[in-house]
Amino acid sequence: MGTYVLRRILQMIPVIIGTTFLIYWMVFSLGDPTIGRCGERPCPQAYVDKIHAEYNLDQPLIIQYVRYLGKVLHGDFGTSFNGTTVADQLMNRWPVTFKVAIIAIIFEALIGIAAGILAGLRRRSFWDSLVFVSTLVIISIPSFVLGSVAQMVFGVKLQWFAVTATQGTWNQLLLPGLVLGSLSMAYIARLTRNSLADNLSSDFVRTARAKGLSNGRIVGIHTFRNSLIPVVTFIGADFGALMGGAIVTERIFNIPGIGGYVFQSIQTKDATAVVGTITMLVLVFLVMNLIVDLLYGALDPRIGHE
Amino acid sequence: MSEMNPVTGDAATTKEGTSTAAEPGPDGANAVPTRERARSLGRDAWEELRKRPSFWFSTALIMIMIIMALFPQLFTALAPQSDPRAADLSRARQAPSGDAWFGFDGQGYDIYARTIYGARASILVGVLTTVGTLLLGSIIGLVAGFRGGWLDALLSRVGEIFWAIPLLLGGVLFMTSFPSGLDTPYSVVVGKVVFVLTILGWPRIARIMRSAVLQVKPLDYVQAARALGASPLRIVLKHVLPNAFTSVIVVATIDLGAYIATEATLSFLGIGLQPPVVSWGIAISNASGLGLLQSAPHMLLFPSVFLSVTVLAFIMLGDAVRDAFDPKGR
Amino acid sequence: MAKNKQIREPEGFATWTPSDGHLLDVRNLNVEFNTRDGKAKAINGASFHLDRGETLAILGESGSGKSVTAQTIMGILDSPPASVTGGEILFRGVDLLKLPEEQRRVVRGRKIAMIFQDALSALNPVFTVGWQIAEMFRVHRGCSKAEAKDMAIKLMERVNIPGAAARYGNFPHQFSGGMRQRIMIAMSIALDPEILIADEPTTALDVTVQAQIMELLKELQAETGTGLILITHDLGVVADVADRINVMYAGRIVEQAEAKELYASPAHPYSEGLLNSIPRLDQSTGQLVAIGGLPPNLTKIPEGCAFNPRCRYAQDVCRTGEVPPLVDLGGNRSSACHFVSELVAGTLQPNGLQVVTGIQPAVAEENGDQA
Repeated sequence: MGTYVLRRILQMIPVIIGTTFLIYWMVFSLGDPTIGRCGERPCPQAYVDKIHAEYNLDQPLIIQYVRYLGKVLHGDFGTSFNGTTVADQLMNRWPVTFKVAIIAIIFEALIGIAAGILAGLRRRSFWDSLVFVSTLVIISIPSFVLGSVAQMVFGVKLQWFAVTATQGTWNQLLLPGLVLGSLSMAYIARLTRNSLADNLSSDFVRTARAKGLSNGRIVGIHTFRNSLIPVVTFIGADFGALMGGAIVTERIFNIPGIGGYVFQSIQTKDATAVVGTITMLVLVFLVMNLIVDLLYGALDPRIGHE
Repeated sequence: MSEMNPVTGDAATTKEGTSTAAEPGPDGANAVPTRERARSLGRDAWEELRKRPSFWFSTALIMIMIIMALFPQLFTALAPQSDPRAADLSRARQAPSGDAWFGFDGQGYDIYARTIYGARASILVGVLTTVGTLLLGSIIGLVAGFRGGWLDALLSRVGEIFWAIPLLLGGVLFMTSFPSGLDTPYSVVVGKVVFVLTILGWPRIARIMRSAVLQVKPLDYVQAARALGASPLRIVLKHVLPNAFTSVIVVATIDLGAYIATEATLSFLGIGLQPPVVSWGIAISNASGLGLLQSAPHMLLFPSVFLSVTVLAFIMLGDAVRDAFDPKGR
Repeated sequence: MAKNKQIREPEGFATWTPSDGHLLDVRNLNVEFNTRDGKAKAINGASFHLDRGETLAILGESGSGKSVTAQTIMGILDSPPASVTGGEILFRGVDLLKLPEEQRRVVRGRKIAMIFQDALSALNPVFTVGWQIAEMFRVHRGCSKAEAKDMAIKLMERVNIPGAAARYGNFPHQFSGGMRQRIMIAMSIALDPEILIADEPTTALDVTVQAQIMELLKELQAETGTGLILITHDLGVVADVADRINVMYAGRIVEQAEAKELYASPAHPYSEGLLNSIPRLDQSTGQLVAIGGLPPNLTKIPEGCAFNPRCRYAQDVCRTGEVPPLVDLGGNRSSACHFVSELVAGTLQPNGLQVVTGIQPAVAEENGDQA
């Protein structure tokens, strides 16, 4: 187990370096780092100079990158032309996004797993078809369409939920959370269903039946854990992915979170903020994936003991 | 819309290497040439596929959307308003009527015409990106698989790096770094979106291709063919492609839907396609202000339905193909 | 768990004595599978029996219906697609097919246990082997965790797993193939079943390990007097273990005989074909001859004798006539061939027709016998 953890962590390092290098190269070397950072007007010379100095743009690329990576690892994601630092904004805003993500994850896990089990236990039944079709529909509707429609139907027309979430309270964030989690909910339902169905037709379930175990025990003990391993790891990885989805959801519901910040910065053409935030989100995504891999090793004895 | 990998819902794909069940049987049970198996499996699957209404339904939808993208005039010819760029501000936000099937949007454009013409951007991005990922992914995957060694290791690591960036985040990042102005030509904007999605999407195809190569490489008849001097191209065409075909088709179709959705999302966020380009993403973005939602819900409804149905068609097709080819599902 | 104990054993189990008939008596069993190509007739009127302490081998190629037979006896067939369409399975005089599922479950594992071919996939990957063995005691006997663990370790010792106590907490993938199969065996004999069905128990193993496993089964059987049904395609495995052999083809028993007699003079062309296709120490001359062709598609079993397209003696009557019945030849053997007396007498001449020869002996192909 120890070597597995170590190996995974070591494997992660080149990916983090590669990813950040890719981002840096794209933004600061391939593109012009002084374009689109100061709203509609070209950047004032002072800010251009500041950027040049801040990112060591006169140095060779590799030195630029190493210094940039050092900053990123220290939590410095840059300073916008209006003087606010990206890190400050993120510090202020992450609790709201975190709340939305928590709502989304609880929702997707509960409903997704329940629907998946229902469909997986009764393969080819009405419920199976219902879950299949409804998840297909949810997967097909892009989240911004779903969000806008949900806002209109449940917020404006039916008034079940708050229409916007400008304060970022739990209550207001309920509908955005459901919207954010719905796509993953559909995936989880399908994943649970397929993994349960796979396990139910596996050899070891046949063995369990030959052992004279009851159906409840076969499903509840012999297939449950095996089936949930991929689901749990999916949910873990999804936490990182939800951060991306938050850009859309927070724009629709006017949420003062990280996603809303990205959208705002796109609108005000503040590329420093966009790039800084997204770099941070990609890093969160990578770290979540690493944690999930480690979790996988802990859950599935076949992995950890290799 | 970023992490599309679980869409196949396949538990085994979550982790590479845990399910290497394809070890040869004890007494040559698996000696049946995979090629033949693949071929008869293909025929069976086609029989199976033909029986599925969802296959025909999704194919029909996709055909309609492609025709719509190529010849939008065909669909607007009979409509009361046929010009997507003719605005009549005095009729802004009017509800659907016999005079304008889908009503008017906030600028007084006819929504029906704009929705029909909007298909082009989505289909273009989806198809071009898919072609791009197929080409790039296939070449890299085949090279990695055949060459092996350090080149394989390098290409696989590079693939991991690109794969590690979620589609939407990468898209936002790229489009922000290379912003488009009002005067940027349509083809350049579309090209940029296609480029970034291709760059982020190829590793999945490459991975499938690579493992298909690794699967057939040790087979006796492939070894023999190589020893006899068969060109790699011939081995690829005869042995690798038939092996990888199903997975590639399924992944490519489902991803095509995801690319369309991502493009629309970027446009919705204001960094993909931009007005005056006609696109579903832009239309939905323009329709989703809170006040508009109340006063003119039809503005949101029609482009949303078209976009969702298009994505649905591709995902449904991918699902149908996968189910038909997956012997377990029968 | 304790609930399970309270389900009563089927009436008749307790009063049954060996004089009432065979321990297990399968009569005219029919099993079908619904497939896309129609109904696949996996078992077509198979009849056989097993007595206490006896080892019966069921021999046949893949697709002959032997594994389906085993799973039908266990009552673990997946239905749908499978359904038992006729026949009886009498165990201690009680027809298992008529028992309600609850009671059937009491028989499974406790009275009749099964060993599967591929222990790696047959054992649950996420539980320790010890836990999986102990589960038998916990569920069926309501033992406490500690008791069950002790008993499981004793079982592991009994099947010769070195360092049993230390390996209790290991997972299946941490064992070698042979050790895993020993775990399977330990699990199956946990509750001292009266019948043990071993479905290709050694197919997935190396030759040397195969011999050890067969040795272990023989030992255990001698100790407990369990009736053993050994399902295999491998005549070599059967030779020194089985008392009797039933040869199965296309879901029917085509020959049944004492093991020695079958080896000495097969009374069915199919058995003869199987024997000719393996090397034998007692015959230094002659060629190895594979049986040509492939086992029949179970949705389209040939008319007449199912073996006729591959039989080198086949005559018109074999192709068009009735399905030849299993005829008692006396001396505890029977055969389902129209020309059995000529065959045994050695006067039967090949019909001279070239049987379509396959690429490889179909006998060698055996991989999960799912119809």
